[in-house]
Amino acid sequence: MFQDSKIPEGPLAEKWEKHKFNVKLVNPANKRKYDIIVVGTGLAGGAAAASLAELGYNVKAFTYHDSPRRAHSIAAQGGINAAKNYQNDGDSIFRLFYDTIKGGDYRAREANVYRLAQVSVNIIDQCVAQGVPFAREYGGLLANRSFGGAQVSRTFYARGQTGQQLLLGAYSALSRQIAYGKVKMYTRSEMLDLVVADGQARGIITRNLITGEIERHAAHAVVLATGGYGNVFYLSTNAKYCNATAAWRAHKKGAYFANPCFTQIHPTCIPVSGDYQSKLTLMSESLRNDGRVWVPKTVETAERLRKGEITVNDISEEDRDYFLERKYPAFGNLVPRDVASRNAKQMCDEGRGVGSSGLAVYLDFADIIKRTGADSVSQKYGNLFAMYEKITGEDPYKQPMRIYPAVHYTMGGLWVDYNLQTTIPALYATGECNFSDHGANRLGASALMQGLADGYFVIPYTIGDQLAQTPPTPVSTNHLAFEEAEAGVRERINKLLSINGTRSPGEFHKALGHIMWEYCGMARNAEGLRHAKQEIQKLRREFWSDLKLTGTDQELNQMLESAGRVADFIELGELMVDDALHRNESCGGHFREEYQTPEGEALRDDENFAYVAAWQYNGENKPEILNKEELSFENVKLTQRSYK
Amino acid sequence: MAGSNPNAKPMNLTLRVWRQKNRTTAGKIVDYQVRDISPEMSFLEMLDVLNEDLLRKGEEPVAFDHDCREGICGSCNLFINGRAHGPEAGTTTCQLHMRKFSDGDTITIEPWRSTAFPINKDLSVDRSAFDRIIQAGGYVSVNTGGAPDGNEIPIPKEIADRAFEAATCIACGACVASCKNSSAMLFVSAKVSQLALLPQGHVERKTRVENMVAQMDKEGFGACSNIGSCAAECPVGISLENIAILNREFLSAKATSNNLA
Repeated sequence: MFQDSKIPEGPLAEKWEKHKFNVKLVNPANKRKYDIIVVGTGLAGGAAAASLAELGYNVKAFTYHDSPRRAHSIAAQGGINAAKNYQNDGDSIFRLFYDTIKGGDYRAREANVYRLAQVSVNIIDQCVAQGVPFAREYGGLLANRSFGGAQVSRTFYARGQTGQQLLLGAYSALSRQIAYGKVKMYTRSEMLDLVVADGQARGIITRNLITGEIERHAAHAVVLATGGYGNVFYLSTNAKYCNATAAWRAHKKGAYFANPCFTQIHPTCIPVSGDYQSKLTLMSESLRNDGRVWVPKTVETAERLRKGEITVNDISEEDRDYFLERKYPAFGNLVPRDVASRNAKQMCDEGRGVGSSGLAVYLDFADIIKRTGADSVSQKYGNLFAMYEKITGEDPYKQPMRIYPAVHYTMGGLWVDYNLQTTIPALYATGECNFSDHGANRLGASALMQGLADGYFVIPYTIGDQLAQTPPTPVSTNHLAFEEAEAGVRERINKLLSINGTRSPGEFHKALGHIMWEYCGMARNAEGLRHAKQEIQKLRREFWSDLKLTGTDQELNQMLESAGRVADFIELGELMVDDALHRNESCGGHFREEYQTPEGEALRDDENFAYVAAWQYNGENKPEILNKEELSFENVKLTQRSYK
Repeated sequence: MAGSNPNAKPMNLTLRVWRQKNRTTAGKIVDYQVRDISPEMSFLEMLDVLNEDLLRKGEEPVAFDHDCREGICGSCNLFINGRAHGPEAGTTTCQLHMRKFSDGDTITIEPWRSTAFPINKDLSVDRSAFDRIIQAGGYVSVNTGGAPDGNEIPIPKEIADRAFEAATCIACGACVASCKNSSAMLFVSAKVSQLALLPQGHVERKTRVENMVAQMDKEGFGACSNIGSCAAECPVGISLENIAILNREFLSAKATSNNLA
């Protein structure tokens, strides 16, 4: 083991309890003497900032948005898992743990995942107390549904807007602490570097996006809650501003980056309509509970459909192939995301895709509408159907939706130990920003759970362990490390503005996205990955010699913001390719074409790859160093994932 | 690649866009031409095309706020042809698609106009007043930990659903931009109603409404004259009923003293 992951000894179910007792406590009177920086105010960051402030710490919270309520957590639709077993259907903490480990294709840490399942029950209670209006039954109790690959109903939801309601809950708790003066909120502030002084995270350098001012902020600890890096692919379901800059800067300052190639492709997105496309829109996976996925049985029918010679309603029942139900009778349309995505791609590769591009499959609600009526379907999915119609101009009550997989979530992220501390002391990573809980594939309704678990119930305990060992003396921004970091940030901005080339940040971003989707997307192979690496390196050289920007750094300059993020995406993209190339197995979202079962399913290599690949930055233009954290499974048996 | 409608014809449009360097400089409308706009594009993708064009010509792109581009984050906020979020009802700017316009159209694009929302640059405005109103009381005072079981207090489905409807406000500010008085009543009432309806919010309902209304007034939003353009233009359908609830909550708070009666 390269680094102590600080997993507590003892039986799985007792680890967290024991650990909470063993971590050092900060004296209540001393808490106000510690400053903590929280970067990002989505579910993980908002919950962390509020909870840490409630404990008495001084919190400085940062977001590049105009308000903490805009973080992309807000767009999560389907729900949040919790092992409440309110439905009496056999759920338990162990089952949620087991499902998450298995769903992650045995590439996550047992101890972290078990803790996640344990605190999941507290999250629901906390959110209800905040006034989060979860869906309820007529008797007034909380409603549940089964979701994405689970055979129990453990998902809590607020129509198709669960992320919004949970984020607004965290935002309200954060707002209360801002009002109390315990959180100082910096909006429209982008973190552009991490400051490491004397081997410890000691602050950040930010840019005020309205005035362009570069600022230094010091603290005793820094918590990154800056989300995932799905926008490396340019087109993804992430919001336009989602970026990897904070995490990547931290990586270049010494934080290891774990499993970067583990990216999740979500099966139910609205297909691309043209080159101008700026983002992809997810349709909640909950749609797969009632929608049936199909393509025409024959290539010939599909071709006629694409040419407009026939319409979807001309295709008779026997000419339809409900391929998920056919191939996976036990799970049917509810197979995990990676399996559903790959199968959709396979159908399109076979020439049976629909829509004029042929890059789509149908998601059909005709059966459920016939069975329960349009009103009942509207109750459940009304906002999703309306959104689909707005974007495509088609009415899903009358004809099936067209869907296609799109990049949605990144399981990889900054390496953290059991305390969520990165390899840089006093630097923490929470939520999607870290790598810890989802292995090689995340289950539906588990992102919200993890973000809030980290923010409300993990970091408030574990950060104390570090702070208790840090003297409560005031921190300052006078350290040489701040000067150096600030100078670096200014130099980089000036460089970006002085290239005077011909291509926009968006053009480079699209080019990168194309390479990544083509060679490091749903299916990968060694040859393609090697090619991608060369292409990315070439793109990087072009970026730094041919970028065009206008305006100055002393004003709101959205193209400049974008350029800085694209520069980091290009570097991270290369690391993703390296990671995908080195992992000679298929697991979860990482599907290497060379490694598959005869039936075309992912073929893991547990003997050689049951580890976390934690990459260590090693200087400009030098290959990164691979560190391995071996994963040991004491409570589950590693099996070939099967959803047949 | 093409979408659902391969026969959709590209459009040429004239854009009249508000340009303003910063908060203190006067702004003006500037005309631009955009060509070959696909009807399948979103409105913001059309603006992306404009900005790429401008950058290529060495001119400064138009600043505007946006992020999720799926109608939920509340960032986008354009006043299009005299209407908040444009001509389509129940739709944010990012979900408005160009198929709602025709070849040869002239489209006027302005920022929200309200004293309480100062302009940052071009079409981007500062809506932090909304955050300060929430900070004044738009929460239930519970710390993390120690919450009772989620099923401890049953809440009738009808009540939970109504609270949810109110809670779906995205804080875009269309209500303020559409109101001749620049009133923020719909925004404030949505949060007040949500928490007044739920048992969890009952304990603080009186101080909450008083403090939030006081902050709303302090921020410089205008008074409500019950015309309802806010609800008519709200992209997520926040109901005018919430303003009635707010008024009732406010009166009852004022008529009794704090939380004692």
